[in-house]
Amino acid sequence: MKKASQRSFFGKALAELGEADESIVALDADLGSSTKTSDFAKVFPDRFFQCGIAEQNMMGTAAGLAAAGKTVFASTFAVFATGRCWDQIRQSIAYPQLNVKIAATHCGISVGGDGASHQALEDVALMRAMPNMTVICPADANEAYKATIAVASMPGPCYIRMGRADFPLITDEDAPFEVGKASILRKGKDVTLVGSGQMVSLCLEAAEMLKEEGVAAEVLNMATVKPLDAEALIESVERTRCVVTAEEHSVIGGLGSAVAEFLGENGNQPMVRVGVRDSFGESGDPEELMVKYGLTKEDIVHAARKAIARKQKKKGFLWRK
Amino acid sequence: MKEKARLVRRHIVEMTCAAGSGHPGGSLSSAEILTALYFRVLKHDPKRPDWEGRDRFVLSKGHVAPALYAVLAEAGYFPTEELLTLRELGSRLQGHPSKGKLPGIEMSTGSLGQGISVSNGMALAARLDSSDHRIYCLCGDGELQSGQNWEAAMFASHYGLDNITVFVDRNRLQIMGDTEDVLSLEPLEEKWTGFGWNVIVIDGHDLERIIEACEEARRCKGRPTVIIANTVKGRGVSFMENNPDFHGKCCSEEQKDLAMSDLEGCL
Repeated sequence: MKKASQRSFFGKALAELGEADESIVALDADLGSSTKTSDFAKVFPDRFFQCGIAEQNMMGTAAGLAAAGKTVFASTFAVFATGRCWDQIRQSIAYPQLNVKIAATHCGISVGGDGASHQALEDVALMRAMPNMTVICPADANEAYKATIAVASMPGPCYIRMGRADFPLITDEDAPFEVGKASILRKGKDVTLVGSGQMVSLCLEAAEMLKEEGVAAEVLNMATVKPLDAEALIESVERTRCVVTAEEHSVIGGLGSAVAEFLGENGNQPMVRVGVRDSFGESGDPEELMVKYGLTKEDIVHAARKAIARKQKKKGFLWRK
Repeated sequence: MKEKARLVRRHIVEMTCAAGSGHPGGSLSSAEILTALYFRVLKHDPKRPDWEGRDRFVLSKGHVAPALYAVLAEAGYFPTEELLTLRELGSRLQGHPSKGKLPGIEMSTGSLGQGISVSNGMALAARLDSSDHRIYCLCGDGELQSGQNWEAAMFASHYGLDNITVFVDRNRLQIMGDTEDVLSLEPLEEKWTGFGWNVIVIDGHDLERIIEACEEARRCKGRPTVIIANTVKGRGVSFMENNPDFHGKCCSEEQKDLAMSDLEGCL
């Protein structure tokens, strides 16, 4: 399947936004060639502000620009954007509800060789816990492009999570994208596979494998993790009666948590999470890391079998010491 | 203006006493700076708090909100009677300033060290919009221990943001005592000079000098200006002066009477 870079498509979208709207400004912290804000910087040097390796000041500066009516995109790697600047985002951006779009790249274990220090596996949890913050995890490059365009005309703070590696293009260029709306990429009646980011493409591959076992899996692309599209979730889970979530993130605080929180309060369907099990990453090839940390299509298939078994046998706790 | 500063001080004591908490010490040390800004320096219009051409003021040391609220009320942004609702449930006068809640508040602050960064963004926006309005920011001195200030200081001079004037309320005290014992700031002037700023040192209780310094800052081109304002924490209330105990504590009813009588005669 054809692959493309989310970062490149984000960069392209940002440059297009800059052309259409003079109020768009962009900030970066010495990583523009990686985050692709460099595309914008080349065309609109007056509206691009290089902040250097000083991310906290970058977020505060973004807040000041937004307070003066600008639509601000602030970019850096996800570990720095969300970890190093959490308080700046909380106090200066989210609390006063300012129009700052945090476009973070190099998310997840697939960052690869740089290792744990650079692999953001907690960023969604950090941003999701923040009031007023919208959290978007595009499934592929097309969605990264569309999400960038969409958030520019949406008032308020927003976090967009993108990867480093090229991801399979699984959505159509002209498919509609709406913030807060999930999309069904494959219909099925036996289990709902809810994915975010590049795990959506692995959900599709897992669904194909499950088909060979006679299992019809539905694939839901939860591109907006907050606010969660509860309607789409209910509509699907009411039919399938069990759920698997898949994310390139810790199982704590991300998509799996969001779905579990919702089902815990509103449903009783069995659910299994695929994600990193409360651990830091390490250096390695992205593919090797995805295997080692349980983020493959096989892991999703295995999780689906478990979820379906619980549904059928109505078993109690799976967990035994 | 001296009378305004005296009124502001009385409000600060009354508000924090009514609330039963708050930060009178640093509020009192900032009284002249804020009074001079809102009654002589800032281009602003309390009737049109959202007027685009207004000068911006960012209170980086958000805990001295009582001083800012007092000045804003005296300037006519909202009724002075509302001052006594400080920190009450449902009040627009939050313990630390909250943007959007109260007219005249340009930014939510309270977590220290963030105001200069926010000012940087506002200054860049003014430049992009070819607007000649200026950005003023008030920092505490202890607050300068936070690293983000120095990131922001580097940024402002790199971009030559001469439309920014930062005040440092140099009262030399923070919660645990003298700034030089807690984590020394000196040589403070040299630090700012080294970061590329135009530095002016003044007596922060001298209203005329504050106004003059702002005028000097306005004339300085190509560099941001910091005005290190030497002040006395708790200024105007005898038992609060230079007493770190009143950083974040209000006075008792008895102490309040003494404070108010001190403020009858001050200045």
